[in-house]
Amino acid sequence: MIFFLTLSILGISVFMCLVRAIKGPTPFDRILSISSIGTIIAIGISVHGFAFNRPDFVDISLMYVLLNFLGTIAILRYYKIKNKKTNVI
Amino acid sequence: MNFLLINFFLISLLLITTFFIFKSTSLIGIVALTGAFTLLCSAIYVNLDAVDVAFTEAAVGSGISTILMVMAAAKLPEGKKNKLINLFPSIILAISISLVLILIISNLPLLGDPNAPIHLHVVPEYIKESKDFFHIPNVVTNILASYRGFDTLGETIVIFTAGLGVIVLLTSNTLNRKTKFKNKEKK
Repeated sequence: MIFFLTLSILGISVFMCLVRAIKGPTPFDRILSISSIGTIIAIGISVHGFAFNRPDFVDISLMYVLLNFLGTIAILRYYKIKNKKTNVI
Repeated sequence: MNFLLINFFLISLLLITTFFIFKSTSLIGIVALTGAFTLLCSAIYVNLDAVDVAFTEAAVGSGISTILMVMAAAKLPEGKKNKLINLFPSIILAISISLVLILIISNLPLLGDPNAPIHLHVVPEYIKESKDFFHIPNVVTNILASYRGFDTLGETIVIFTAGLGVIVLLTSNTLNRKTKFKNKEKK
């Protein structure tokens, strides 16, 4: 039961992060919200495994976190390049 | 019941994300929302117990294609806005394709139906024999690594090539900077 409670709370937080990603006035809000969505989904996958009695998915959630970090770094690097071109964010 | 609720919630989030991908105007916002889209997709695959598909979706969709899109956006000229072209033919095309897809859905077997044709062809043999043949306890690993080993080798080569392409794209900028620095030193 507690796993499903955790899953619903994680779902609400994914929704809130998605609202910030859609509204976000600056691009950095978007980057932050997308990376936190990735982290929440990684937690959600491991909690989902425990809730449905198949806790073998923890390594997959670890890989999600790593890939998420990669995407964040790529977007930040994009801003580095753009800054060098125009000096304006 | 819980399974269906989770699926419903994730798919409604997917719908919201898709709507705002179409509505958004900033390039980097679209790329970020696409990353969220692929993450939600892989969560749906995990919920449907297709963990290997979710693995591939996370690696290719969230990792490689986000980086590729960002690098392509960095090469584009800035300050140009797209003019809205005539949307009418594309709307008709989208509606007709979605009608065809909905018609196909009604002919598909139900989720987890044991009498579906894909569960009757070779899967019973695999489940019975594979452990005695290859001594690997997991059936999916057995199929991927033993029965379809060459296929998996090809897929691995494709993913390796994609990773090499991303590395080349990411390092080309720093290489240029280094050569510029060397040229300045020579002068």
